Amino acid sequence: MADLSPIAAWRRLLAMPNESRTKTIVMAFLVSAVCAVLVSAATVILRPIQTANRAAEEQARIEALVAGIPGMSELLNSAGGSLSTVVIDLARGAAAGDVTPDTLGAALADPGNWTALDPAADIAELGQRPDYAQIFLLRDESDRISLVLLPVGGAGFNGRIDAIVALRGDMNTIAGMAVTRQSETPGLGARIEEPAWQAHFAGKQFADESGTVRFAVARGPASSSHEVDGITGATRTGNAITRIMRFWLGPDGYGPLIAAIRRGEF
Amino acid sequence: MTAPSPLWSTLTDPLVRQNPIMLQILGICSALAVTTSLATALTMAASLTAVLVLSAGIISLIRRHIPDSIRLIVQIVIVASLVIVIDQLLQAYLFEISRKLSVFVSLITTNCLVLGRTESYARLNPPLPSMLDALGNGLGYSLVLAVLGGLRELFGAGKLLGWQVLPLADQGGWFTPLNLMLLAPSAFFLLGGLVWALRTIRPEQAEPAEFTPPALGEGAE
Repeated sequence: MADLSPIAAWRRLLAMPNESRTKTIVMAFLVSAVCAVLVSAATVILRPIQTANRAAEEQARIEALVAGIPGMSELLNSAGGSLSTVVIDLARGAAAGDVTPDTLGAALADPGNWTALDPAADIAELGQRPDYAQIFLLRDESDRISLVLLPVGGAGFNGRIDAIVALRGDMNTIAGMAVTRQSETPGLGARIEEPAWQAHFAGKQFADESGTVRFAVARGPASSSHEVDGITGATRTGNAITRIMRFWLGPDGYGPLIAAIRRGEF
Repeated sequence: MTAPSPLWSTLTDPLVRQNPIMLQILGICSALAVTTSLATALTMAASLTAVLVLSAGIISLIRRHIPDSIRLIVQIVIVASLVIVIDQLLQAYLFEISRKLSVFVSLITTNCLVLGRTESYARLNPPLPSMLDALGNGLGYSLVLAVLGGLRELFGAGKLLGWQVLPLADQGGWFTPLNLMLLAPSAFFLLGGLVWALRTIRPEQAEPAEFTPPALGEGAE
């Protein structure tokens, strides 16, 4: 004679011997379900605050990156003390007229503004790339571009790596690099966050005379002006940085923009 | 003079007499890693204490209904979920410190102290004593972390909680910071010193020798 009311079923469950198979499975399920709800709730409720924290940190890192480039603070002061923010259309390599930094978030929420990447070209393992990107520009007195900050990102060894690359006005010399997000192995890959390692980027030429992107994180000490020293024990993180830099500085990334700036069309 | 109540001694025993780090040498990996400054040590201690108390309470509540065959998995799942929640809270409200603690908050899950207390105490006792025992152990852990963090920050950087306490030599003061204090080995030395001091004061904590070395002179043939 089965009593179907839930309270009675619950009592019957609690009364079962702990070793019974049903109770083992039901307990395992209940504990995981409650824990899953707890974890998901915490993540979802707290995400806006964490996003705001990260955005504030990214802003601070951009400022630190610019301040850390030799001669940049004077240039900034003479240029009015601030960077101008521009949203560009990546495919055309020109400013996106209809999308502003304020509406960029809304534009990127629309899947129509993303381009799926061909697996062969998708070396940074992004899957798809936004059509618009927000970059930061600094112009000198004669209105020529003296510094460009380009946000880059892609798959690392443990998770996504985001960084900002600063290019000098010749559009071939790297002025600096700052990692804004990473979850690499602490003590090994996570050392890409160390300013001492990021300092190697300054002064490197990312492309050769023919315009091919040659930048690489070396295995061991750097052997050419296109390479930076690798981090011991972090070969795969180094390879990820190489792929991310090559993708974003190449034709599917900021290539059109870089070419346009070199031609003086920006 | 009345004897202390059992609940009171459940709470206070782990502070010094049964200190989880210094007597049982549990959970020292985090104790060594996060004690370069007092602020990170205190945050870590508070996180661990919160996880310990909550997990002890929850596990003690359902202790009669945890099937023996999956009891370790059930405990780990509960502990891990609490750790994730605490980690998310830290990332939201104490962003700077959570970056410094990096992976060590998540590693509370594998801190032997937590599973040790839930497995050996909370699983067998009612919620109130379990949570008191967990609180006592958490405070015992916090005490050691605070001492280590305080000593390392004071002698390694001349500061306490970010305030300059000892004037640095390169800023016109007299104190030359001991850089060794900021490296991991110094935590070993300090912890060893603490254990030594405690076992000298309380000789009953010293462990008996596990074996006696054979007498010399009869060895090689």
